Formats: sequence, structure tokens, C-alpha cells
Amino acid sequence: MELVRIQREDFCIEDEIKNVRKVSTRIGGLVTFLGIARDFSKGRDIQKITFEYYPGMAEKKLNEIREKSKKDFDIIETSIIHRFGEIDIGENIVLIIVASQHRAEAFKACKWCIDELKRITPIWKRETTKEGEVWVEEHP
Amino acid sequence: MITVKFFANLKKMAGAEEVKLDIGDKATMDGFIGFISKHYPEIGNLLKEKRLLVSINQEVADTSTVINKGDEVALLPPFSGGV
Repeated sequence: MELVRIQREDFCIEDEIKNVRKVSTRIGGLVTFLGIARDFSKGRDIQKITFEYYPGMAEKKLNEIREKSKKDFDIIETSIIHRFGEIDIGENIVLIIVASQHRAEAFKACKWCIDELKRITPIWKRETTKEGEVWVEEHP
Repeated sequence: MITVKFFANLKKMAGAEEVKLDIGDKATMDGFIGFISKHYPEIGNLLKEKRLLVSINQEVADTSTVINKGDEVALLPPFSGGV
């Protein structure tokens, strides 16, 4: 499996962790971030979420994030998987796994990766509520 | 001709996901924004207010970037990926 993917279907966290672990026997720890669709946002009850992305550019940016995380932090590997399409409440949205020899850098790198994903990746979220659909604006 | 791609809320404003436009060769960003403003005024306003990013061939552009014939230009609203 590719370590960086944008896909419609759900992912299996255990499989993705195995995918990262097989990269090196030097890995002493893994930090994971799992983003989940929640039912309340900015004062509104959310019924479902839909993600749209810019094919080509979004994958390029996620790969850039992976490369930069490996360059700037003392880690061994990074995996980033983001879903697109309709996602029901409670379902998985995004998974980031960072593997390193020692835990401190993995925690720092994982936080950096999700922050950077939100900042530079052309992916957009639309929330469906009782009142209708709203495109979320977070990062100008 | 260039290909202009619209995303998120811009698709409804433009009435399309993608259009082909003839803005000549080696167009300036100002020229492009002017062209968009004429044909899609609501989107033009967002560009002038710097509420959209512009990418050319999947790289974020700035005011000095030149747009060549055959380029893929995307208008990018604020990102909201992740959670």
C-alpha cells in the first residue's frame, strides 16, 4: 500500500500501522492521529460531511508534507491517508502515522503533519445540517 | 486556451467545475483577474479581496506569475481538510 493516499473508502488503522512498521526494525514507537467526523460544529448539528479535493495537487502536497516531516524531524517514516466523498458521523476522515526510534520526535512530527495538512492541502469540507449545506472555511 | 478549475462553493458561482478560456498567451495575473471579474463577477470580487488562492499547473501562484497558453489554473477557496 502507498504510504500517502487520498481515497473514497474507509481505511483499516491496524493495516496502515502494519504498512508503516514494515519499513524498518529501528522503529521504537508510533504516534497516530485519527480524524473523525463529529456531529456538532460551530453551533450547528451536523448530519454528514462531504470532502472534495483537487486531484493531483492534493496528493502532491501530502507527499511534500511526508518528505518535509522526514527531513525536519528525527523520524523514520510518515503515512498520511485522507478520505474524500460522503462521510457519515462517527466515520474516519484522516489518518496520520509517524514512526521513529524515540517517541518525542514522533509526537512533534505528527502534530506538525496535521497542522500542515490543514494549512496547505487543497481539500474542502461541506457540512450538511438541517438548514442545508455549508462549505467550511478555515484557512485563507 | 487555458483550463480554469473551480472548487467548493465556486462551482455553484461559476455554474461549472471547469471552463476553457482564451486569455491570450503570457497573461498577467491582473489580466486574468480582470477577465474572471468580467465573466464571473462574484468570483472576481473574492480574487480582488484575496480570499482565494490561484494555482497554475498545481503550484500556488503569486501576483507576478505569468499564465501561458495550455496552463491549468485553479481557483482555490480556503482549505478545510483534516478535522
